Amino acid sequence: MQVSRRSFLKISGGAVMASGIGLSLKPVKAHAEPLKIRYATETTTICPYCGVGCGIIVAARNGKIINTEGDPDHPINQGSLCSKGGSISQLSVNKNRLDKPLYRAPFSKEWKTVTWNWALDKIAANVKKSRDKSFTFKNSKGQTVNRTTSIASVGSAALDNEECFIYQKFLRSLGLVYIEHQARI
Amino acid sequence: MTNHWNDIANSDCILIMGSNAAANHPISFKYVTKAQENGGKLISVDPRYTQTSSKSDIYAALRSGTDIAFLGGMIKYLLDHNLIQKKYVQHYTNATFLVNPAFKMPGENDGVFSGLKDFKYDKSTWSFQTDTDGIVKRDLSLQDPNCVYQLLKKQYSRYTPEVVSKITGTPPEKLLEIYKEYTATGAVGKAGTIMYAMGWTQHTVGVQNIRAMAIIQLLLGNMGVTGGGVNALRGESNVQGSTDHCLLFHILPGYLKTPKASQATLIDYNNKYTPSTKEANSLNWWKNYPKYSASLLRAHYAGSTSLEEAYSYLPKLDDGANYSWLSLFDQMHQGNFEGFFAWGQNPACSGASSNKTRAALAELEWMVNVNLFDNETGSFWKGPNVNPEKIKTEVFMLPCAASMEKEGSITNSGRWMQWRYKAVNPPGQARPDGEIITELYYRVKDLYEKEGGPLAEAITNLSWDYGPKGGDGRIRHLDTHMVAKEINGYFLKDTVVKGKTFKKGTLVPSFAYLQDDGSTSSGNWLYCNSYTEKGNMAARRNKKDRSGVGLYSEWSWCWPVNRRIIYNGASVDPDSGQPWDKKDPVILWNGAKWVGDVPDGVSPPGGGRKPFIMKPHGVASIFGPGRADGPFPEHYEPLECPVEKNPLSPQMTNPVIKRWDKEGSGTDVDARATCDPRFPFVCTTYRVSEHWQTGLMTRWCPWLAEMQPGLFIEMSKELAKLKGIKSGDLVTANSIRGQVEAVAIVTPRFKPFKIDGNTVHQVGIPWHFGWVTTKMREYVHGDKKPEVFTSGDSANLLTPFIGDANTMIPESKAFMVNVKKKGV
Repeated sequence: MQVSRRSFLKISGGAVMASGIGLSLKPVKAHAEPLKIRYATETTTICPYCGVGCGIIVAARNGKIINTEGDPDHPINQGSLCSKGGSISQLSVNKNRLDKPLYRAPFSKEWKTVTWNWALDKIAANVKKSRDKSFTFKNSKGQTVNRTTSIASVGSAALDNEECFIYQKFLRSLGLVYIEHQARI
Repeated sequence: MTNHWNDIANSDCILIMGSNAAANHPISFKYVTKAQENGGKLISVDPRYTQTSSKSDIYAALRSGTDIAFLGGMIKYLLDHNLIQKKYVQHYTNATFLVNPAFKMPGENDGVFSGLKDFKYDKSTWSFQTDTDGIVKRDLSLQDPNCVYQLLKKQYSRYTPEVVSKITGTPPEKLLEIYKEYTATGAVGKAGTIMYAMGWTQHTVGVQNIRAMAIIQLLLGNMGVTGGGVNALRGESNVQGSTDHCLLFHILPGYLKTPKASQATLIDYNNKYTPSTKEANSLNWWKNYPKYSASLLRAHYAGSTSLEEAYSYLPKLDDGANYSWLSLFDQMHQGNFEGFFAWGQNPACSGASSNKTRAALAELEWMVNVNLFDNETGSFWKGPNVNPEKIKTEVFMLPCAASMEKEGSITNSGRWMQWRYKAVNPPGQARPDGEIITELYYRVKDLYEKEGGPLAEAITNLSWDYGPKGGDGRIRHLDTHMVAKEINGYFLKDTVVKGKTFKKGTLVPSFAYLQDDGSTSSGNWLYCNSYTEKGNMAARRNKKDRSGVGLYSEWSWCWPVNRRIIYNGASVDPDSGQPWDKKDPVILWNGAKWVGDVPDGVSPPGGGRKPFIMKPHGVASIFGPGRADGPFPEHYEPLECPVEKNPLSPQMTNPVIKRWDKEGSGTDVDARATCDPRFPFVCTTYRVSEHWQTGLMTRWCPWLAEMQPGLFIEMSKELAKLKGIKSGDLVTANSIRGQVEAVAIVTPRFKPFKIDGNTVHQVGIPWHFGWVTTKMREYVHGDKKPEVFTSGDSANLLTPFIGDANTMIPESKAFMVNVKKKGV
């Protein structure tokens, strides 16, 4: 079997692991040590931090990320990653991720867990109320403006392109003009 | 970036200024190092000796906010020594253009350009002389006293090394050493590049910092070539893409303009923004504007809505009004908004003058915050010194999916659009942002269908065809491939373009085929060519580099039309089409056609081909009358500065910035302190490798929080001695607007500056922290509690509420503070 650069990295990665727990470094032994990413599904991704756009391979097993590593085939990072890119598994495997919609009522001191249905219905009703109250067909010069200046939005460079596109589409259909995001700061 | 990451390796000289790429874009250094191994030089200019500086061949310190003086000195040096790449300058820039003789410059006009009135420029004198046919007059010999070249020479004759040194604090001999090294790239076949980031943009003269460098790059013939360009290092993985898709008040996807109130019809709108040209051989690409606006409207509203109707649905801005970030938060602070979406963003830490931003949030009736983790914006109502019982704002915090938990594309700094795949489900009930947007859209639409409302059709007629639909006519789930296809665009009926027949429903192969009559859709013309009948270009993974210069043209896809180096038409001799740089060509004419990268225009060499196709004149603008604050950059001090006099002119600050701090306006959170003995030290914000932006996506990650556990303030040994501070001491840093507590780090990386004979100290502070992940705050039932706490709050509590004259990006990189040991 020809060993590609990628599978070589997997093998040598296994060897390093093995030596880390005090085993012999003999190749045979290293092969016998089960690889961390055995039975894992691998997908490629691009780092969500800075704008370099490094490639990362994500290995998941049973719906959980078990390993991430720089993509050796990616022409920019060629397998390397920085401290942030090297730790992206902690974005997903993290007990502090928000996992339920939360609601804070006016003047309340705490969050309340709510359902998606309840939250989205209430937000939609708020949007309609604020928009309808403020919707301006004509400005003070009598020119058509068809806008609301009662609702604003910021975000986001953290969205995918497709999400950015539909988000601006949605906001502009409502008549928002105060639309800004990270690029301005 | 006009170029891209791998291309940095092709450079002969890399200037990193306004960026600490080694720390903040670490992988970029693979290519910086490669360039150095090939004999290239690295120059680092930064107020602080950074990780980037430690790898440099030449380092110089400059006081924050004095970059134009530094670069103006370089322009003078290269003109004095006649180091320009002359043929390039003559044919590819407007250096030969004759300017209106009534135009006046700061050196002869009290520090400002002609036309200043009421803090705004009347630009009527910033014009070109034209002949009776309307064609711009030129002097190819560059000798006419009114030609751009001679005006440039006159403007920067004032920027002598001595004057520049007085302003920047950089010793004159160091200036000359750098000027000499960098301007050597003016030789034919040599290329220099600039890597900059927020260190240049976050100033009241941010755009002019970049203009100054663009002028240098044009004079040296460094635009469009391998190893050259002007390269903005983007700080977020998709801030390029989110800007391309224009989540900004003034632009629509593909950098089309947001319509103004005075443009009542689509025809008015197109007429306003479609430039014409009388220049022979100028492609004037924006002549296609009506095709792109019509295709965008079609992506928003399907065929049953006419183009004029679709245009009328778009909200219009008042002419001359500004709705950008600072204006937005000022309006919010005044209580002028009811509702607010903070979607994937944490403005309570990222906005300038955080006390103002945080107070503004309390004026809202309702706020929706969509994020991965708890953050200072969503939880502002229980922040430091806030009594929740007095805050009326209703807050929704919605959990969303992280990047590995959904599928879609992002665009890196080098304009590469790269596809990402889903690896796992998001935790608990968290959902991809795109699905949340879709759900919210449908619910709002339901309400308008049921109850009606003002201009309800703008909402109810919106097309949302992103997947298989159920019986109710709605998509069952969001298919991001369908969105990507809509962004690319479709033929909406059988169409013949340029002799080719395209079937209804097929994807448009590139923006050259878009139509202005509503027969094509394209959500973003710049991305037309990204998802075609050949497939999803962003997902390509062929790493073969046929170019030999690292273009990797079959890996992912880049805008526009997969052109990896933009303005590449300027990389060749205008007569022969042969590359200036024979070793690393981007494109070349092989006698029959262009080969190499996708060329800017296809016409053969020798016919007066003009490479800057987005400009009506077809050439690059050394003279840039489009800017709000002058056609040439001029040094002005930051709003808050340590000097009482500008050695170059009587004008201290950029004369056309919008001021919130003037007497009778604004509040204490807008205050300004310049040459104020209470705030004697220059301060700048910066970043560390281990954290990202406000820290929202890093402070909650235990490894990263452990590596960089809290807010610090870095200062020189000299300042520390003066203030009786030791490394590790807890100190307070104050500006007139706010205060933070931080740990002192005393290093030789900062040195006091000699500014016009006086000693000026500068300190630096990272801005990634916030109170939500600190140990000392109160945690109540249900609060998330970090595994590893961080200390300190946002450095933006200190920064001023003031923006650049063109972009309104806040001046976070130069302001005045005091520092003292806590409790003293």
